[in-house]
Amino acid sequence: MRSARWIVALVLVALPQFAGEFYVNLISQIFIAAIFASSLNLLVGYAGLTSLGHASYLGVSAYLSAWLYLKLGIGHWLSAPIALAVTTVMAGFFGWIALRASGLGFLMITLALSQVLWGLAYRWSAVTNGDNGLSGLTRPQPFGLSLDSASAFYYFTLIVVAVAIGMMAKFIGSPFGAALKGTRDQPRRMSALGHDVRRVRWITFVYAGFWGAVSGLLYIYYHKYIHPTSLSLTNSAEALLGVIAGGSGTLVGPIIGAAIVVLLKNYVSAYVERWNMLLGFVFVAIVLFMPDGLVPGVRRLWARVTGRRKPTDAASNS
Amino acid sequence: MTISRRTFMTSAGAAAGLTVLPAPFARAQSEPIRIGLLTVKTGPLASGGIDMEKGLALYMRERNNTLAGRKCEVIVADTGGVPATARTKTQELVEKNKVQVLIGPLAAFEALAIDDYIRAQSIPTLSVAAAEDMTQRKANPWFVRGTSTSAQCAHPMADYCAKTLKYKRIVVIADDIAYGHEMVAGFQRVFEEQGGRIVQKTFPPLTVPDYGTYLAQLNTKADAVFLGFAGSNGFRFVRQFNEYGLNGKIALVGGMTALDEAVLRNMGDEALGILTTCWYSADLDNPINRKFAADFRADAKYDPGFYAAATYVEGAVLQGALEAVKGKIEDKAAFMKALRAAKVNTARGPVSFDEYGNVVGNVYIRKVERKQGRLVNSVIHTYPNVSQFWTYPPKAFLANPVYSRDWPPAKFLE
Amino acid sequence: MQFWVIQTLNSLALGGLLFLLSAGFSLIFGLMRIANLTHGAFFMLGTYIGVSALRVFPNLWLAALAGAVVVGLFGALLERFVLRSLGGNALGQVLLTLGVAFIISDLCLIVWGGDPIPVQTPDYLRKPMLIAGLPFPTYRLVVVVIALVTALLLWLLMERTRLGAMIRAGVDDMQMARAVGIPVSKLFTIVFCLGAALAGAGGVIGGPILSAYPGLDADMLPLALIVVILGGVGSLVGALVGSFIVGFVYTFGTALLPDLAYVILFLPMIFVIAFKPTGLFGKVSA
Repeated sequence: MRSARWIVALVLVALPQFAGEFYVNLISQIFIAAIFASSLNLLVGYAGLTSLGHASYLGVSAYLSAWLYLKLGIGHWLSAPIALAVTTVMAGFFGWIALRASGLGFLMITLALSQVLWGLAYRWSAVTNGDNGLSGLTRPQPFGLSLDSASAFYYFTLIVVAVAIGMMAKFIGSPFGAALKGTRDQPRRMSALGHDVRRVRWITFVYAGFWGAVSGLLYIYYHKYIHPTSLSLTNSAEALLGVIAGGSGTLVGPIIGAAIVVLLKNYVSAYVERWNMLLGFVFVAIVLFMPDGLVPGVRRLWARVTGRRKPTDAASNS
Repeated sequence: MTISRRTFMTSAGAAAGLTVLPAPFARAQSEPIRIGLLTVKTGPLASGGIDMEKGLALYMRERNNTLAGRKCEVIVADTGGVPATARTKTQELVEKNKVQVLIGPLAAFEALAIDDYIRAQSIPTLSVAAAEDMTQRKANPWFVRGTSTSAQCAHPMADYCAKTLKYKRIVVIADDIAYGHEMVAGFQRVFEEQGGRIVQKTFPPLTVPDYGTYLAQLNTKADAVFLGFAGSNGFRFVRQFNEYGLNGKIALVGGMTALDEAVLRNMGDEALGILTTCWYSADLDNPINRKFAADFRADAKYDPGFYAAATYVEGAVLQGALEAVKGKIEDKAAFMKALRAAKVNTARGPVSFDEYGNVVGNVYIRKVERKQGRLVNSVIHTYPNVSQFWTYPPKAFLANPVYSRDWPPAKFLE
Repeated sequence: MQFWVIQTLNSLALGGLLFLLSAGFSLIFGLMRIANLTHGAFFMLGTYIGVSALRVFPNLWLAALAGAVVVGLFGALLERFVLRSLGGNALGQVLLTLGVAFIISDLCLIVWGGDPIPVQTPDYLRKPMLIAGLPFPTYRLVVVVIALVTALLLWLLMERTRLGAMIRAGVDDMQMARAVGIPVSKLFTIVFCLGAALAGAGGVIGGPILSAYPGLDADMLPLALIVVILGGVGSLVGALVGSFIVGFVYTFGTALLPDLAYVILFLPMIFVIAFKPTGLFGKVSA
């Protein structure tokens, strides 16, 4: 298992040396989607809160970064932390509202909040430029290194994704993460044990919003263009589908799920005309054959094939 | 992936050429020109996007996939009408399929999303999307547009309303997107400069479930309502306009996509008599269009509209430019120059380009009539050689802000 | 004065349409606790079935019946052979119902094409009605009546029939219902079928107002969710009242504050859920 990880790491580092520019860009996009999906997974998988409005954080941080640069002329080194900070504060506020409900109510509040932002992005054209979107942006130059080439941006994204996933794994593995899983499975008991369930959830909500904002920065650096669709329900739904399809509550699941969505949308669609339908069938098939997602499903299958019996909770911790 | 298809074919062609012919000529002969079509085949914009593909396919088939003596290969990409996907698809066409020229995209925001990429990669692009500033204040040097800007057809419509129809007071209603804002702004500017008044301006959201609310507030003391809709919205509006008993009380006039052939084929008598403006009509009487419309109808079983004609016209522009450079698309600068210098006869009539890469061509005022059982946009007046700047000097035009929701300011609202 | 009369009628008409859209969603959620995200696609499929049915026999009411039968059947099959295997896996249901929605919407694009298709209003309802001297589309008033009749029939079904009693028992306490011998799994199929059929018929009846076009599903689904959340999930009265509240809020909101057109439906919902998570009439927390 460990050697497999090293191989993956090696392949990822060496990839731009042998893959074409298009593929390098495609994988950069998968990385961005992976951070986005993983941050959503903190809520869906570990807190048991299904959010259908996670695009809010990606979109707002991207818009903010673009707006600060275009309208106020603020450089990336300052606009990035401002965008992250403001978006995180917004996540704090949204979390405060949304966590008044749970279940379907939570889903609907997050949906409604993100629809309000989407409406703002469309209508408040003085700031967002409406449906023309904001263009004319640049990529940052950390330490004077240009990120304009596909491979430079790829390495930049690779570093960020490694840090992001590492930090999220740490979060989950911490005592706080254990408490979080407790609030997902046994909220009443956790409450009785003296945990402030709402506070635990709120902190997770804010943390998820922060990483959503990070993916938003990468998104705007990659596309150099932002449009209200980035705040749309579809964008939130695709991330959610990626999380569930890959396997919510696992670290690798959302990454795989995000990769599937990105590949189907951007790559397979060149060969399969009805890729939307294919996407639908893939989701249905995953639910039917691997109800808890692709990664746990494949793990179970693998265990059966190799005849090894694994403790069931190994999947949720690794 | 270690050796791309392009380099392989080039070296193979060159090697073969060494024995008989000078290398460049051999290459031009052996390697097909690769054309990328950015269109939309899934989601709400699919109707126009599918027609774009049909229009271009017909053009290429009629010429046996050969333009200026070279074989052509069209690679179609579906953007889904999403700007981020449009960008990836453009990258795919350019980096993986190595296309040498792009046709499309469909929507303004898609064109804006790939603007900087086209510049960075220097890819000649024949656009269908109408975003004003792409050929104005932020003109992209690799861009030509054989269709029109958002307001290019609205200017003459305003002129026609003021001068010929003698309208004095008009209500405008349009989709709340840049395309709608720009179209309405151009209409308002020309109409008010000729003494007319825009007495009401409404922009319902694109996804409005129903126009009842807006119809109830329509200022009925106006001479006409100008419709700045895209896609299916104009169609729904006209139907509901009738249901609210407004038919006959106020005239309807429309912009270039309000009553496109694509929606007209599903409409009934409620559409009869409505005037719209466009750079094309399936009913247009010139030899090229007579053949195009007939062939398209034989294939698709319906009349070609805005989007089918758009790629058919862009095909003709592409061919004109390729012939001017004798098929040598590899010399990008010369090819781009030829594109902008192209003067060709197309299904929409003669076209040429201004120095910003936007088309100068006829704009037609059309009236919905029933011919042989079908509803058609029958041409009743032609404005020849209309530029995106209308009659304004380009410098003065560009000194103003880009057309928008708030510019020109509305002075006569009631 | 004119403004208020016409906009009130508009609000009622929109409310009626929304009830036809969301009654089925509420029914399904109430009993099965499934947030059926295919519901918008069911509605759109109904509209398209109506389009095709009207080409065969020009009667809107028969077309609505056809829409109900086809979509209802589809719903029953979906529940029986696909959804059921998921048990209580809520995330799986989200993924599955959205996946099926993708499939239906692409299927409609293949079968009916991308152009908007009108659904003809019956001839005898085409002439606008004069109300206080103002013309108003007769058909829209008929939609309000249909919605109210549907509500009454559903109420009778729930309160006065054995099936309704079983459904109510299931909504109140599933385990108890199972224990007293109610065939819960059959009940699920019936309710899912009924909910889908309502959406299918609603799609046809809404057709003359909305037309059939790609994207209708995505436009409708959030509306159904808003109505049901606002009114309270699983409550028939809630769905009815919620529909008309949304109808009024939307109509007067966009008329009086056009700049808020995009957010006018979501802001009130945020407040309602934040302060009364069960919705206005709901018994169960969403």
